[in-house]
Amino acid sequence: MLKFGVVVFPGSNCDHDAYHVLRYVLGARVEYIWHKDSTLRLFDVIVLPGGFAYGDYLRAGAVARFAPIMPEIIRFAAKGGKVIGICNGFQILLEAGLLPGALIPNDHMRFRCQEVYLKVANNATDFTRIYETDQIIKMPIAHYCGQYFAEDQILQQLQDQDRIAFQYCDLQGEINAAANPNGSQLNIAGILNAEKNVLGMMPHPERAAESVLGSVDGLGIFKSLLGSD
Amino acid sequence: MWSAKIVVTYKKGILDPEAKTIQHALETLGYQNIEGLETGKYFAIHLKSELKRTQAEKLIHEICDRLLSNPVIQKYSIEMEETQC
Repeated sequence: MLKFGVVVFPGSNCDHDAYHVLRYVLGARVEYIWHKDSTLRLFDVIVLPGGFAYGDYLRAGAVARFAPIMPEIIRFAAKGGKVIGICNGFQILLEAGLLPGALIPNDHMRFRCQEVYLKVANNATDFTRIYETDQIIKMPIAHYCGQYFAEDQILQQLQDQDRIAFQYCDLQGEINAAANPNGSQLNIAGILNAEKNVLGMMPHPERAAESVLGSVDGLGIFKSLLGSD
Repeated sequence: MWSAKIVVTYKKGILDPEAKTIQHALETLGYQNIEGLETGKYFAIHLKSELKRTQAEKLIHEICDRLLSNPVIQKYSIEMEETQC
């Protein structure tokens, strides 16, 4: 069975949620990874959780990107290891250069904590294979700095190479400005690297993993990973 | 010794909603002559060792490129100043 590692930075606050879902909801093998470790034990999937690593000082993810564990995670990803960055974890992946583009403050300058609908833009990945293409799923967002930005050339590449994983949409699956909670280009909520072993996303699948929390749609990501064993 | 004053701002074309909000607030206060407004982050770095100007500048550029700015969305300007210990 796959073994997950959840990285704990000072300021991470979704690390326990991710651990809980993996261990107690899905029965998966999971361990925490301390940010100051400079060697990585054997893992199959690394989770960079949400929160405010290093207080989000300077820019979200900018300091976390240089944590002692990060060179190991960059090496792990380069060897094809699967990495998922959720919210603050996505910001860290961008700062680390494991994914292209940047996340800037929401266009309306407000922190948004709400449920959103997402369209699964690519289900042919280890993270999304349980979903159907164009399936509409629901999970929460909670961020101030979630507006995805990249130059046109990068956006074109992401589209041409099927590297957009999720897009904000409405209940009918329409991808439009009204369904865009933060001003992200192309309503991007999550993207993949070229090799499709690194996923970054702003919405929180670990907060949509038990029916008591209003949605179990986020489980699909972790179940997809477990199924790819 | 050398000190560097660094200002990091968004590149042209990157939406700066904070700047827009401030500009709007100024207009609300009656300042109608504002054509544009940018926000940024200011850093002052005081270098320890006795470096030559070119070495000091190189170091500060490296610091700006690696950490202080994100080249995807930001640019920076540097002002070097020689200060007495």
